[in-house]
Parts: sequence; structure tokens; C-alpha cells
Amino acid sequence: MRTRYRPRTFVLEIVMVALAVAFLFPVYALVTLAFKDPEQIANKPLSLPDPPSVGSFGTAWESASLSSALLNSTLITVASVLALIVLGSLAAYFLARKAGRLSYSLYILFLVGIILPFQLGMIPLYQLVNDLGLLGTYQGMILFYTGIQLPFTVFLYTGFIRSLPADYTNAALIDGASHLQAFVHVIFPLLRPITGTVLILNAVHIWNDFFTPLLYLGGSGRETVPVRVFAFVNEYTSDYGLVAAGLVLAALPILLVFLVLQRYVIRGFSSGLKG
Amino acid sequence: MTAVITPPAAKPQTPAKRAGRRSGIAPPWLFAAPALVVYALVMLYPSIVGAGSAFTDWSGVGEQRSFVGLANFQQLIHDDQALGAIRNTLLLTAAIVVVQTGLGLLLALGVHTTIKSRMILRVIFFAPMVVSPVMVAFLWKYVYNPAPDAGLNAALNAVGLGALRQDWLGNPSIAIWSVAFTVIWQCAGYSMVIFLAGLEGVPQELHESAMVDGAGTAARFRHITWPLLAPALTINVMLSTVGGLTLFTQIIAMTNGGPGYATDTLSTVLYKQAFVFGKFGYSTAVALVLALFVAAVSFIQLAYLRSRETAA
Repeated sequence: MRTRYRPRTFVLEIVMVALAVAFLFPVYALVTLAFKDPEQIANKPLSLPDPPSVGSFGTAWESASLSSALLNSTLITVASVLALIVLGSLAAYFLARKAGRLSYSLYILFLVGIILPFQLGMIPLYQLVNDLGLLGTYQGMILFYTGIQLPFTVFLYTGFIRSLPADYTNAALIDGASHLQAFVHVIFPLLRPITGTVLILNAVHIWNDFFTPLLYLGGSGRETVPVRVFAFVNEYTSDYGLVAAGLVLAALPILLVFLVLQRYVIRGFSSGLKG
Repeated sequence: MTAVITPPAAKPQTPAKRAGRRSGIAPPWLFAAPALVVYALVMLYPSIVGAGSAFTDWSGVGEQRSFVGLANFQQLIHDDQALGAIRNTLLLTAAIVVVQTGLGLLLALGVHTTIKSRMILRVIFFAPMVVSPVMVAFLWKYVYNPAPDAGLNAALNAVGLGALRQDWLGNPSIAIWSVAFTVIWQCAGYSMVIFLAGLEGVPQELHESAMVDGAGTAARFRHITWPLLAPALTINVMLSTVGGLTLFTQIIAMTNGGPGYATDTLSTVLYKQAFVFGKFGYSTAVALVLALFVAAVSFIQLAYLRSRETAA
């Protein structure tokens, strides 16, 4: 059944490709829009740009300050994901290996964080970040993402470590290594598959997050890409070509990364629990 | 099948290894301390304060607040905007769960075949998932352009369906479905890959022996594929439910809750109450209601996952 290509398979192929074409219509509309001048936008809304004009891209890149937004997003995403991997794997190693009621309760306490919607603590947290003087800073955002994404990260790591035999570390400890040395040299390298999942899910989430950076970074000059795009689109609302060019440019980096790493990204999403 | 159950295990576990695991020399508490501190600071403490201030008249400025009991909740059940938001939240969630899961299943079945384009189609259908919801919302805001000669309206006209042209986001009775469709467009590929992981766990031999016994495609789907897809289905339903209940970004970017209150949800109402009207106490009461919805759904989800973990 899965090995032969029959007439029925061909019909299915046609149907699926047609579906994909319809699915991509919005993308086609946006990309062609970005390459059109105002006169083409008004007169030929759906046709291919003829001739294509690339002027909107430069203007959009400048007006939305995309280069500094990309830098801000990269900094915040990389630092948060690193913190999550370090703190999450260390905590999970303890939770997975320490027997007893107390460590189990702590594990459950972390799991509660997966259930808690962040809206519940949103306002007190905003106050806290303000009181700590971290509004409008990278550190505030990194602290936020690390805390918010830790429960899920700890959950993924703990389950994975539990399925590893303890023999390796015991051997290292008997040879005189400290717990930290055993973790760094023996355990952490074994965690590579789950570290990949943790990295992909957290990076995509943090890179694309909008609401908290809007609250914490708005007007600070350290806005991430989605926040800049939001402000940009609202400012140039009626200049369709410019808005389209800005959206294309802003979405391009993560789409390129996705195309290069598609297998890992799709696997990470289908094996993880939330996006 | 196990591919959709998180967290993925490193390798199959034998009972002997499971017993030996706990005999490992445990690392010190210090390993968990940094994570616990950050988690407590960012999530536990604010959530507790938030739940507490739902029973106060806190304005959000300064420390002044007095206990008002259930007044915020009484206000909520008499607040047309909040009640409408609850209704919208449930409608949106229902539409997203049903259509996204159904579409995800059809896409998965379609690309889990021998068609030549199967790999590229997976990438295409999944791609919107990695783009920020803000940008997807703005993309669709253009598609939903009310002008008769732009976006979706132009496309409808071009294929002879000009009669269907609409003010997609401006018509109060359509706007909410337009928003729902945007979310479904973005997330159907996610449902698809979760179903695909489930489909890859269905043993091919089962299909082959059923074919020998003369079972048709429909019968094999009903009696083999569908029951084995149960875990993937559960995960998809749970994920899209929580996603629908907490939907915020797309609404703020596309309609800001309008026209009128037609697309306000619990998330947009609590945001506006807090940051537009400065009623933090009331806002956290709305947040608490939302939290209860989400907690109920997530609790079922976790209980289900844990029961599968122990059953495996």
C-alpha cells in the first residue's frame, strides 16, 4: 500500500498540491505586494509585479529599525535558551536522581507551572520587574523567559534523565569526580537529543513572543522583532507595499533557519508538548 | 506511538534498569536551587499575589488595596463585556479545536502516503508555525482587506465568487470566525506533525494482514489507524484548547477586540482592564477565571499523560 504509485495516488497528489497552492495564497499576496509600487497595487492587486520594485525593502528595513531589532531578539533568545538549558538540566538531574517525598513534591511543583497561565501573575510580575529596575532591559526579558519556560524544560529533561541508567555517573563518582564534573562530562553529553528539543521549542517560542516584550520593552530601544513590526505596521497602516516588505523581511530570518533545520524543528515540535 | 508522548525516552527501559536508577548517588540540592529561585520569582510568587489581588480593589499603582471579597466576581457576572468575552473565548476555542484538529488529521493522512510531494508539503504546511503570531495576524489582516479589489475579496472575484466578498474583520458576526481561521491556518501544520508522529507508530503489518482479510481503506482506517491515533488526538485537542482559551496576540493585532466587543476574549479583556482602565484587581479576577478554565483542561491533559507514562 505504501510502496506503489497508483492512479489513485496521482489523484491524491493533485488534490494535496492544489490544497498547498490555496494554503500559500496569503503568502503569494504578501510577497507580490512587497515588490509592487503604489500604482501596481491599486490597479493589479493579484498579478505578479511587473516590473518588480525593491524600493520598499530598504525603506521598511530602515523605518522598522530591523537590524537593531534582530540584534535584540537574538541576544534575548540566545541568553534565555542558554539559561534554560543550564538551569533546567541541572534541576532535572537532581529531580530525576534524588529519591524521596521532598524531591517528588518539588517535581510536582515545577509541573504546576505548566498548568498556570501566565496571565494570572502577569500584573504582579510587571510590578516586580519594575521594582527591580529591570523594565526595558535585556536582563528583565531573560529572567522572564527563563522563569516562564523552566517548568516545561524541567519536565522534558527529567523524563529523559529518568530513562538513562545511573551506572555511568556512579562510575565517575567512584573515580573521584565531583557531582558537577560527573554532570558536565558524563550526563550532559548524553542529553543531546532532548537538549535539541528544548532548544528548538524554547527558541521558537521566545523569538516569536509578543505580549511580554511589548509590555516590558516598549519604548526602550531594545524592542524585539515582533514588537518593532507591530509598531511599524500600526504606523504605516495604509502603505501596503511598505508594510508587506517589512513583514517579509521580519519573517525571513526564522523561515530560513527553519528551512535549513526543518527535520529537527518538525521532530522537536512533534515530540515536545507545547509550542 | 511513543513519539507523541513526552518526554521522549532515551532508550527502552528494562525493569532492572528502572530499579537500579534510584541506587545512583544523588546530586546535592544545590543543583535544583537556581532553577527553583528563578521559577519561584517569576511564576509562583506573582501568581499567588495575582490570585490574591482578585479579591481586592487594587488599582495597580502603589500598595494601597483593600479586601473586597467576591465583589470583582459579582461585577464580572454583570459585566456584558466580560460575559461576551467568555462567550467569544469558548466559541473561538471550539472552532479552533474542531477545525484545526480535523484539518490536521486530513493533512497528515494526505502526506503519510506515497505521493511524491509529501516531504515538501509537510514543510509548507508546518512553516507558518515558526513565524510570529503578530506577523501572521498582519498578513491575514491584509488578506481580509475590506476593499473589494484586494486580498481575499479580489481572489474570490477572480474565481467568480464575487458575491461572497465581505468586510471580513469589520462585520461583527463574521470577525470572530475570520480570526479563528487565521489561527487555524497557522497551527493546522502543528496538528499535522503530531498526527504524523502517531501515524508512523501504526505497524504496517496490521494494515497488510487486514488487506489480506479483505478490509477496505475505510475499514482499515476505522479499526486500525483511528484507535492507534488516540494519543495524538488527545494531545492535539488539549494543545489547541489551551491555545484557543489564551488567544491574545492575533486578536490585538487584527481587531483589538472589535468591532465593538465582537472579538474580545478573556485575555484581551483582562489586558484592557489592567493597562487601559487601571483596574488591576478586577483584571486579576478575570485572569483567575481564565486560569481556572486553563487549569481544568491542562489538569486532564497531565493526568492523561501520566497515566500513559505508567501504563507504558
